[in-house]
Amino acid sequence: MLVSYQWLKKYIDIDDLTAEEVAEKLTRSGVEVDLVHSMNKGVKNIVVGKVLECEKHPEADKLNLCQVDIGEDESVQIVCGAANVAKDQHVVVAKVGARLPGGMKIKRAKLRGQTSEGMICSLQELGYEGKLVSKEYTEGIFPFPTEMTPGEDAMEALNLGDQVLELDLTPNRADCLSMIGTAYEVGAILGRDVKLPETTMERGQENASDYVSVKVDANEDNPYYGAIMIKDVTIAPSPLWLQTTLMAAGVRPINNVVDITNYVLLEYGQPLHAFDYDRFGSEEVLVRRAKDGEKITTLDDVERTLTADYLVITNGKEPVALAGVMGGANSEVQSDTKNILLEAAYFKGTTIRKASRELGLRSDASARFEKGVDPSRVRAAGERAAKMIAEIAGGTVLSGIVEFNELDVTPKEVTITLGKINGVLGTSIDTDTVKEILSKLQFTFELEGEMFRIFVPTRRQDIQIEADIVEEVARLYGYDNIPTTLPNTATTPGGLTEVQAKKRKARRFLEHAGVNEAVSYSLTTGEKESHFHEDADSLSRVKVALPMSEERSTLRTTLLPHLLDALSHNKNRSNLNVSLYEIGSVFHTEEETITKQPMETAMLSGAFMGLCYEHSWQGEKKAVDFFVVKGIVEGLLKELKMEGDVQFVQSEPKGFHPGRAAKLLVNGKEMGVLGQIHPSVAKEWSLPETYVFELNFHALVEGKGKEIRYSPIPRYPAMDRDIALVLDETVKASEVEKVIVEFGGDLLKNVALFDLYQGEHLEAGKKSLAFSLRYQDPEKTLTEEEVTKVHESVLAGLEERLGATLRS
Amino acid sequence: MLDRLQELKDEAIQKVNEANSVKELKDLRVAYLGKKGPITEVLKGMGKLSAEERPKVGQMANEVREAVADLINEKETKLEEEALVAKLREESIDVTLPGRPVGKGSKHPLTSVIETIEDIFIGMGFTVAEGPEVETDYYNFESLNLPKDHPARDMQDTFFITNDLLLRTQTSPVQTRTMEKHEGRGPVKIICPGKVYRRDEDDATHSHQFMQIEGLVVAEGIRMSDLKGIFEQFVKRYFGQDREIRLRPSFFPFTEPSAELDVSCAICAGKGCRTCKHTGWIEVLGSGMVHPNVLSMGGFDPEKYSGFAFGMGVERFAMLKYGIDDIRHFYTNDTRFLSQFNRV
Repeated sequence: MLVSYQWLKKYIDIDDLTAEEVAEKLTRSGVEVDLVHSMNKGVKNIVVGKVLECEKHPEADKLNLCQVDIGEDESVQIVCGAANVAKDQHVVVAKVGARLPGGMKIKRAKLRGQTSEGMICSLQELGYEGKLVSKEYTEGIFPFPTEMTPGEDAMEALNLGDQVLELDLTPNRADCLSMIGTAYEVGAILGRDVKLPETTMERGQENASDYVSVKVDANEDNPYYGAIMIKDVTIAPSPLWLQTTLMAAGVRPINNVVDITNYVLLEYGQPLHAFDYDRFGSEEVLVRRAKDGEKITTLDDVERTLTADYLVITNGKEPVALAGVMGGANSEVQSDTKNILLEAAYFKGTTIRKASRELGLRSDASARFEKGVDPSRVRAAGERAAKMIAEIAGGTVLSGIVEFNELDVTPKEVTITLGKINGVLGTSIDTDTVKEILSKLQFTFELEGEMFRIFVPTRRQDIQIEADIVEEVARLYGYDNIPTTLPNTATTPGGLTEVQAKKRKARRFLEHAGVNEAVSYSLTTGEKESHFHEDADSLSRVKVALPMSEERSTLRTTLLPHLLDALSHNKNRSNLNVSLYEIGSVFHTEEETITKQPMETAMLSGAFMGLCYEHSWQGEKKAVDFFVVKGIVEGLLKELKMEGDVQFVQSEPKGFHPGRAAKLLVNGKEMGVLGQIHPSVAKEWSLPETYVFELNFHALVEGKGKEIRYSPIPRYPAMDRDIALVLDETVKASEVEKVIVEFGGDLLKNVALFDLYQGEHLEAGKKSLAFSLRYQDPEKTLTEEEVTKVHESVLAGLEERLGATLRS
Repeated sequence: MLDRLQELKDEAIQKVNEANSVKELKDLRVAYLGKKGPITEVLKGMGKLSAEERPKVGQMANEVREAVADLINEKETKLEEEALVAKLREESIDVTLPGRPVGKGSKHPLTSVIETIEDIFIGMGFTVAEGPEVETDYYNFESLNLPKDHPARDMQDTFFITNDLLLRTQTSPVQTRTMEKHEGRGPVKIICPGKVYRRDEDDATHSHQFMQIEGLVVAEGIRMSDLKGIFEQFVKRYFGQDREIRLRPSFFPFTEPSAELDVSCAICAGKGCRTCKHTGWIEVLGSGMVHPNVLSMGGFDPEKYSGFAFGMGVERFAMLKYGIDDIRHFYTNDTRFLSQFNRV
């Protein structure tokens, strides 16, 4: 809502306050003013000029030579390029030395050999937005609609001294979507009265009911419909004050009748509609739900197909307006309109909202109906507009209003005790203060002991319950005056749950392992995920009903594609060594047509490319490989106290390098995958050798995990034996280790692989693995013989099970 | 013989003094003090001496031996020390060369803000509650006093999945879910961080996905002054002891009375600058006393219980704290951005 400071002054005495001061007070009491802007965007020294002569420029077809009286001894010559400039017009002249918005300074100039002493201005050149300028002269200069005095200051005539408060209204304060409502709000803050416009007027002899009847077939949607008849009007541009007032409020002037309905809409917050009575098509107003498939061409010349959810105004046969949203083209007020049928109605918010949303038609009218207009002001607004039409456009307002009226205008009654108010706020406000605040709000009330019985005026539809009254009292009492206390409740132990604490541990572990945390979007496209899922388009995905774009059309089922996007983004910016991890949810449904909330599973994923370690001047460089990633995963499992049998099983998940990927099994249950991205998939992202892991974080942090128990430090020395084995290439290191552990028995305390060799010194198809074995007895010092005995059985076991031989 | 010994002593001392290496000293030790050395030779001739002279010569020979041995030892130590000093000098390094880096990844700035705020509230006895990102219309809207067709639903453009399922537009549904779990018994003291989604075109100040932290306190006798008190503690701990707070009336469907919390601008100390749009204050969160309908729908008796709730935008807090100017940076994962936060 744009509130002109000058206009507001018509309803409340605020001469002692600047626009900024009013704005600050409104903001502090709950109606936020985003900005106070000045109508003057930097204009100086402009006057009214009268065009005495206007001829074509001898050297240029598109220029005019104008002799203009600017109230000085002699007229001045001004070259003007506007097509609509004409003799006898009163125009805005920026004199030599004047300033226009943007710091432009007007100088004496020569245009194609002719001197030009000043400039005849368009409204746009004076800082008005093009969309607010009447269509008649958006392409040219602005001619004043009435006679003016040459030389007179044009700033005031154009209302450029005005300031506009831009209200950022919350949905509950629809009452401030009007000048009068805003005036009431300012009045409540300042404790001042509001001056309402005069609505009494002279009426013609004839009765409106002789011209029109009103019938409503949808009284739920339309509890009030009032029709006022105004005969013999003259359609013309509005007087200047009305035009500038509307422009300040952000509304484009059209013609006097339409401008008046808009003016009253802004003044009362009550949308009105003027029909051309002679084009209405009948003498009967019938309000009803539209028929499915019924059509109407609205004022914007668009043909719209209606459904039974929408309310229409008809002439008994066909729709003439989409109720509360937009009028029909067939009954539009035009330049030759003589007789006006003026509608002042109350339409139900939800009905209007549905039509305006579904048709994508938001108007000043629909916005107000949706939020609820003041039922007590409907008729008054109609009368106010009729009075103004008669005054400005001529014509006679006929007697009576033809009405359908089932509107409830009883004030809402709310009771509350002083104790309740203070109890909620933590204040000790006294009865007199509450009485004063209610009076400022112009709420009538009765006081019964400590109990206030409050009758809320219908303009404040937002006030329904005790809590609403508490807020009204609090905001006018001043939030600053509420004391600062701490809750009197029993102390509660705060803290993280085990899972939340583990999440933090995982994050810290990864960060100290050199991995940066990433956060990416949950919405993605199935196409990106198809690289990793056989069933990318299958039913398990959760899709957004009306996506904004294909890119964000479905909820992710894996974090990997967006991490690859991030790597790719970095690579394109020459960040070549990147390690990222993300913890985030993925979404699956088991239903064919989703009706229940999908499963949300927290995943922990990482993606790596380039070097994971670099210390160049000492020659240390480590490119990321499978084992770097595996090491991180193993470390993480330990950090999370993961208990049980952890296995990395060679596998070929979709999207991965077939020889360099593994499934992670914990106690036989699949917990994730890791490995190199398949080179052809990496190519899709233009990535080099890239490694990833994706773990089911939810499953990893379930359960208590292994507690730490101290085990005694051995008192007897250990004995180390190293063995280098020759094996078939296909034998896995983990199998070898398993056999060693099995045959090593109780005395074997530790096995560690320390070398892997494949190459020229070995037979083809063979590899060598070297292990260091540590033997130890907690009870005594082991002898050579004891160790040799066990060690030999280990070697025999390796040979028997895996065909391993000692490397010579 | 005494003269001969004196001569040998002088000669040995001179040679030791002249020696420049440990090896020379070793040779001198052998030459003078060894079994075939001149002193031993001298002693061999002692048999020819008288009983009177013998002990004198013996004593002198020992003195010479000791003196020469001491001198050699002393010199040897000195030379060794010199050699060590020389060796260490050679081992000298350029201490200005870069150290071996210890890889440290960074916490995402949004995580950093969330964890900091969580910890402040945990210190005040709050626990952390979480909820699903795909919500039902009931939890996201209806239970928060936003019935279908309520105009305030326009405040948040929603990604719907079906008529009833949607991507949550706020973390507030966790309020109702938590209240339900408490089965009408207080106190409830939670904060709920999480991702939320709204149909916004992404630009410098809008993101279709962002993060919020919701807070809720429900107990008997909770007052609006308590909300002010908790905020004061929170703001001073998060933004600094010298920051002031103020509440401004506002509107949220799930609270009544409602308030925006402003914090005095750190950049201009409240005097007015560009960051605070010349108001001296920066809006940081929305809050209010829990609407009685919300309490009822959460299973709490509004006649007995009251509470307050608040919600803040994590990106906004991060942008204010680190001076970040574009919300999209949080979701692009550019390492030049992320790695700036490896100290948080």
